[in-house]
Amino acid sequence: MKSRHKKLLVIVLALAGIGIAAALILNAFQSNLVFFFTPTQVDKGEAPTGRAFRIGGLVEKGSLKREADGLTSHFVVTDTAKSMNVVYKGILPDLFKEGKGVVAEGKLGSDGLFTATQVLAKHDENYMPPEAASAIEQAQKAQKTLQQ
Amino acid sequence: MIPEIGNFALIVALLLALTQAILPIIGAQRGNLTLMAVARPAAQGQFVFVGIAFACLAYSFITNDFSVVNVAQNSFSQLPKIYCFAATWGSHEGSMLLWALILGFWTTAVSVFSRHLPDDMVARVIGIMGLVSAGFLSFLLTTSNPFLRLLPAAAEGRDLNPLLQDPGMVFHPPMLYMGYVGFSVAFAFALAALLSGRLDAAWARWSRPWTTVAWSLLSVGIVMGSWWAYNELGWGGWWFWDPTENASFMPWLAGTALIHSLAVTEKRGAFKAWTVLLAITAFSLSLLGTFLVRSGVLSSVHAFATDPARGAFILGFLAVVIGGSLALFAWRAPKMLTGGRFTWFSREALLLANNVVLLAAMGSVLLGTLYPLLMDALGMGKISVGPPYFNAVFVPLMAPALFLMGVGPLARWNGSSLPDMVARLKWALAISVATGILLPLTLNGFNPWATIGIALSIWIALTVLIGFRERLKYTQGGLLSRLSNLPRGFWGMQLAHFGIALGVAGITVVANYQTERDVRMNVGDHTQLAGYTFTFQGIKERQGPNYRAAEGTVEVSKEGKKLFVLNPEKRIYNASGMPMTEAAIDPNLFRDVYVALGEPLDDKAEIWVVRIFYKPFINWLWIGGLMLAVGGLLAASDRRYRIGVKAPAPAPAGVATQGV
Repeated sequence: MKSRHKKLLVIVLALAGIGIAAALILNAFQSNLVFFFTPTQVDKGEAPTGRAFRIGGLVEKGSLKREADGLTSHFVVTDTAKSMNVVYKGILPDLFKEGKGVVAEGKLGSDGLFTATQVLAKHDENYMPPEAASAIEQAQKAQKTLQQ
Repeated sequence: MIPEIGNFALIVALLLALTQAILPIIGAQRGNLTLMAVARPAAQGQFVFVGIAFACLAYSFITNDFSVVNVAQNSFSQLPKIYCFAATWGSHEGSMLLWALILGFWTTAVSVFSRHLPDDMVARVIGIMGLVSAGFLSFLLTTSNPFLRLLPAAAEGRDLNPLLQDPGMVFHPPMLYMGYVGFSVAFAFALAALLSGRLDAAWARWSRPWTTVAWSLLSVGIVMGSWWAYNELGWGGWWFWDPTENASFMPWLAGTALIHSLAVTEKRGAFKAWTVLLAITAFSLSLLGTFLVRSGVLSSVHAFATDPARGAFILGFLAVVIGGSLALFAWRAPKMLTGGRFTWFSREALLLANNVVLLAAMGSVLLGTLYPLLMDALGMGKISVGPPYFNAVFVPLMAPALFLMGVGPLARWNGSSLPDMVARLKWALAISVATGILLPLTLNGFNPWATIGIALSIWIALTVLIGFRERLKYTQGGLLSRLSNLPRGFWGMQLAHFGIALGVAGITVVANYQTERDVRMNVGDHTQLAGYTFTFQGIKERQGPNYRAAEGTVEVSKEGKKLFVLNPEKRIYNASGMPMTEAAIDPNLFRDVYVALGEPLDDKAEIWVVRIFYKPFINWLWIGGLMLAVGGLLAASDRRYRIGVKAPAPAPAGVATQGV
C-alpha cells in the first residue's frame, strides 16, 4: 500500500514537472515568434507596431547612406511595389549589397521608419533569402492582378 | 573512368547491404547458423565497396575532374588540395556518401568487436544496420548520385562555398557524422533486443559502450562546430540556435538521456522500455538532423517541390525507420517488460528526472526548429523562432537538471535517505550559493543569471570532488594508486561532469561579462576595451591561393606595454566573388581578444569599421566540451565491458514471448 502511494507520488510529480515544462515552453514560444511581413503588407498597416518582426526584399540601388560615425546606416528595402526606410546601427553583413536581397528584424516606429536590430544577408552571392524572394514574388503577383 | 568505378562500387555495396540485411535476420529468426554467419563478411565487404566509391569521389575532387557535376559545382582549380578533399563532403551528394561510409565503418567495428556476443544478436544488429545502409545507398543511387557526369565538361569549377574553406570543414562534418551514425548501433541493438525477445541487462551492457562512444564523438563534433562558427563567422558568437545547429543538438540531448537511462537498465534492469524508446529517438533525430541540414529544406521548404523525388524519398525513409521501429516496439515490448521497482529518492529516480528534463529540452528545440518549416510548408505565413525563445526555455529547464546532476551520482541505487544526503552536501551547497552571490557582487554588481550559473558550476565541481572523496574513503594505500584503481567508468563520469561544470562557468561568464565595441578607425586611431588599447595601423593587400585579402594590422597594448599584433582579414574569393571576414583572435585560458574587420568606409579603403570583442572564459566552454567527450571515451573503455560473457546457447526466437 505504502509503496503504491509513493509510486503515485512519483507519477504525480513527473506529470507536474512535464506540465510546468510544457507551459514554460509554449509561453516562451508564443511571446517569441517573429512574424514576417513584406513592405506591401507594412504599407497596408498589417504589421504590428511595438513588436519586433521581419521584413524582406531588395536593398534599393543608391539608397545606402552612412552617418558620420560610420556605423549607422540608412537604406531602403523594396519588394518592387512598395518600399520602406530602414535604419541600422552596427556592421552590415559581408553580403549586404545594393540591389541584392536582404532580411531585417526590428521594430516599426510610428513615423514609418523601421529600426533594425539585425540584418541578415545569407552567405552565397547568388542566393536570395527565401523571405526576400517571396516578398518580391507576392508584390509582382499583386501587380499583375491589378493590371488585369 | 574513375567516377564510373565509383558508381559501380556503390551498386555492389547496395547489393551487399541487402544481403547483409536480409539473410542474417532470417537466419536469426529461424536459428540458422549458416545464414547468420553471412552477417560479418557481408558487412565488411559492404564497407570496402563504399570505401572504394568514396575514394573515387575524393580522387575526382583532388584531380579537379570537372566532368563530374558534383566536382564542377563544389570545387575550383585554385582551391588548396586539403579543401579539395574536404569538398568531397561539401555537397548534399557527397555528405550522403560520407554518411554511408561511416555507417559501414561502424558496422564493421561491430562485426569485429562482437566476438563475445551471441551469434543471433550479432546477426540481428548487423542486419538492421544493413537495412539502414540499404536505404541510404538506394537514396544515393536513385536521387543523389555523386558521380553524375557533365557533358561537355566544365572548364572551371564553381568553387567550394568560401564559408566552408576552413580547417573546421576538414574535421567537423566527419566527427559529427561519427556521432550521428554511431547512434545507429544503439538503435540496432535496441531493435535486435526487441526482435529476439531478450530485453535484459546484458543487452544494455553490450549497447552501452557503443552508445557512449557515439555520444562522445557527437559532443566533439558539436564543440568543433561551435568553435568553427566562433572563429569563422566574425560575429563573435559561439551558438546561434540556428536550425543547422539545433539539428545536431537534438540527437545530442536524446543521446545524453540515453546513456544515462542505459546505466539504469544495465545496473538495475529498470527503464527498459524507456531506454529502447530513447535509442529509437536518438537515431531518428540523427536522421532528421542529417536531412534537415543536407536536403536544402532549411533554405527553402520549396526546395522539395523542385526535386520531388528526393523529398519523397527522405520523408518515406524517415516514416519507415521511425514508424517501423515504433510499431515493432508496440508489438514486442509489452510482452517483455517486468517493471523494475525504485523508490522516489534513489539514483534511478534522479536519473529519471534528468531524462525528463533532457527530453523536455529536446522537445522545445524540436518545436522551435520544425514549427516555422511546417507553417511555411502549409502556406500559413513565414515566421522565425530566434535565440530569445531558446534562451527563455533552456535556462529554466537546465538549471534544475544541473542541480540534480550534483546529487545523482552521490545517491545510491535503490534508495537513499534524504537527511543523510543533506548532511553530506550541506557544505557544498553553502559554498556554491555563497560564491554565486558574492562573486558577481565583486565583479559588476548583483546579477541573478551570473549567480545561478556560477553557483551551479561550483556546485557540480564540488560534488565531483565529494564523489572522489567518498569513493576513496574505504580504500587503502597511497593516494595515486588508490585513484588509479578506481574504475574507468567512474573516472569517465566524473570527468564528464566536471567538464559540464567548466562549460557552465564559461557560458555564464562570457554571456554576462563579455564586452564589445564596433568602432570607426582610421590609420593610427586608438580605442579602448576592457583595459586594452587597440591601435589600427592600416591595411595591406595580400594574395591568397584562391582569394585576395585586405589584411589589417591592429596592435594591442595594455598600460603602455605592447602585447601582441592581430591581423584580421577581409577576403574576396576569386571564383565566386564572395567576401568573407576572417577574425583574428589572441586566446588564453582566461580570455580571448577578438578583432574582425567590418567594412571600408572610404574609397581608398583606409578607414574601416572594426569590431572588437573581449571574451572572458570563452575557452572554458570548449575545454569543458572536450573533457565531456574524453570522459565518455574513458567510461566506454571500462574493462567490465570487455570481459567476455558469451551467453549460454542463444535462446531460439520467440521463447520469451511464449513464456509470458
